[in-house]
Amino acid sequence: MFDRLSTRLQDAFAKLRSKGRLSEDDVKEALREIRRALLDADVHHTVAKELTERIREQAVGQEILQSLTAAQQVVKIVNDELVAVMGGEQAKLGRSAKPPTVILMAGTQGAGKTTASAKLARYLTETEHRRVLLVAADVYRPAAIQQLEILGAQIGVSVFSQGTDVAPPEIVGHALDEARRGGYDTVIVDTAGRLHVDEALMVELEQIQAVSTPEEILLVVDAMTGQDAVNVAESFHKRFPLTGVILTKMDSDTRGGAALTVRHITGCPVKFIGTGEKMDALEPFYPDRLASRILGMGDVLTLIERAQATIDEDEARNLEAKLRRNEFTLEDFLTQLRQVKKLGPLDQILGMLPGMGKLKQLQGDAVDDRQLKKVEAIILSMTRQERLQPELVMKSSSRRVRIASGSGTQVRDVNQLLKQFDDMRKLFKQFSGMGKGSRKAMSGLANSLRSGGGGAAFPSAGGRNKRRR
Amino acid sequence: MGLFDRFKETLSKTRQTFTSRLGAALRRRKIDEDVYEELEDALLSADVGLETTTRLLEAVQKEARRQRLETADQLTPLLREAVVSELGEDACAFALDDGLTVILVVGVNGAGKTTTIGKLAHRFRGQGKKVLVAAGDTFRAAAIEQLQVWADRAGVDVVRQSQGSDPAAVIYDALQAAKARGVQVLLCDTAGRLQNKAHLMAELEKLKRVIAREVPGAPHEVLLVLDATTGQNALSQAQLFRDSAEVTGIALTKLDSTAKGGFVIAIRHELGIPVKWVATGETIEDLQPFSAQEYAQALFADV
Repeated sequence: MFDRLSTRLQDAFAKLRSKGRLSEDDVKEALREIRRALLDADVHHTVAKELTERIREQAVGQEILQSLTAAQQVVKIVNDELVAVMGGEQAKLGRSAKPPTVILMAGTQGAGKTTASAKLARYLTETEHRRVLLVAADVYRPAAIQQLEILGAQIGVSVFSQGTDVAPPEIVGHALDEARRGGYDTVIVDTAGRLHVDEALMVELEQIQAVSTPEEILLVVDAMTGQDAVNVAESFHKRFPLTGVILTKMDSDTRGGAALTVRHITGCPVKFIGTGEKMDALEPFYPDRLASRILGMGDVLTLIERAQATIDEDEARNLEAKLRRNEFTLEDFLTQLRQVKKLGPLDQILGMLPGMGKLKQLQGDAVDDRQLKKVEAIILSMTRQERLQPELVMKSSSRRVRIASGSGTQVRDVNQLLKQFDDMRKLFKQFSGMGKGSRKAMSGLANSLRSGGGGAAFPSAGGRNKRRR
Repeated sequence: MGLFDRFKETLSKTRQTFTSRLGAALRRRKIDEDVYEELEDALLSADVGLETTTRLLEAVQKEARRQRLETADQLTPLLREAVVSELGEDACAFALDDGLTVILVVGVNGAGKTTTIGKLAHRFRGQGKKVLVAAGDTFRAAAIEQLQVWADRAGVDVVRQSQGSDPAAVIYDALQAAKARGVQVLLCDTAGRLQNKAHLMAELEKLKRVIAREVPGAPHEVLLVLDATTGQNALSQAQLFRDSAEVTGIALTKLDSTAKGGFVIAIRHELGIPVKWVATGETIEDLQPFSAQEYAQALFADV
């Protein structure tokens, strides 16, 4: 019921792969699975219909029925379609010719506008060195202004507010005066959440727009939104020249199909995604990467980029090399763990790695950071030789008992770690084989993970060749 | 204003709604494949989900054949019945006894927990109950202040500490205060949490333990607040919150939007969790007990 879009698609592709050659029925079956996957992911049903139809047309057009690598071609077609819908490139925020640049945040209640406003302010301050003024123009929701003020203080960004008795368009006008006086180059306006059917509030937003002539009007959309995303997107799009979308709560287990819908309706790129409750949990959005993540390619690219931001470039390269290297000891594993801890919450990182989506499910979703500490304790209770040769531990129960008591864990924890480590080593082995395009490794990967990491067998669907510098 | 009227009102605001499309589908004369396809689109638009939609339509199709129905408009009552029967018996308003009833309110970020608590407090107060509210969302900036405003509107007291304090401590204090003051309904707010964050879900389990230790049999209700504009992720929310916090009922919020929250059918069917309340607006009055009949009626109001 809750498996991800990628798992669904992988299952469909696994069926394709197992046949070698495709029959008409196989394609039909795959398309049915793709439609089901898209619907389960909350892609709007008309968009899902259109997408599957386009995929079908292309699949037939390319005469893949005769091809030996049909599965690869279908993966590529689906990937290309998803990328085409999402837009290919990461979209940046514009700057007005005449400062201050105004960014208007709009959206329905509870989408996360206030949090996103503050995160964006922090992002622009830190990465683009802008001088940002946050404007509290939500006079309706209780304590919305206080919320923005608290967040502003947290991130060290000024917040302009005039309480709840001044009309929002007026507040924004005053804020612009303040920005010019105070030398702010960017103004982010946090507006009240409004239902697209609320005429009075939509008019108010138009007034705010008229006063401030924003460079960017960003629609803030909850990634967990369902079919209604289409109505929200349509009605905001009809009345406002939206320039982009911020997709919030992407750290949930949602499949995020609303992103496809919103993009399809508005034509606006998703510019940022919110990935956590902390103020630094806002990331630029890379459409091609999301598409490959949907396909189960994982998002090695994002992982590496994040690693670069957190660790340094040498270490990041090291990380990538180690991920792809055949020889991988528990000593390396420990180093990895410690670096990984710096990267952010473990479940997010695992989600980015090819094949890990499935692996995580196998472990019963018990991936949290405390687990990480436990693993660290177990490895630290091993001798150096044991770390380099885990086989020693695997073979000897007395060693396992010693390690368990040394680390304050149970023997079964030690066993579990060894098993996970072994699985992981197999997985990496197959990655490195794959890089050389070895057919054997590919089928091996497909077999061992069944459909789990299968998508990773197709570097064409987004890989090192697309890496940004 | 009843749920039904609210729905009708909302429907009139937007052209492209579930029911108008359904209406178009059902006004057709003869039952054929197209009719079922349009019914499927309509149910999908309401976030009923593919699996449940397929199940509902199969049931309707079977029954239509059995009754030898010929015109499409005859399908409406069948579909409505199918929805009502999937939603099961109404489990609406909370059973409040003479003693202290503790209600724990949980949900993801932005679902509308605090607002729902304000509305519930108002409602119970209107019934002459002595109500207390615990500001258990100590994480989000200004959440406590937001709850305070709602409590002031409802005319009830809030037990609060500062932002960043331990929610279990706040709720412990509130339980002591409730017992000391002879409170009849204690509403406990909690911080919004995404259901896939294991540590935050574990925190909920802890809150439950604290409550159960102080008041045997409590919490009497664990209310999961679900945003009607959510899609199929609502199923994941319901399952994981049930697993950690033993959810006893759902409050479906933001029904005054164009969304219908059709996932509640699957949640009832698969997890057995009933909808107890629906919220249809931003004023303190906009909360009603859920009625499956009215809900199904509202879904098919135009027909």
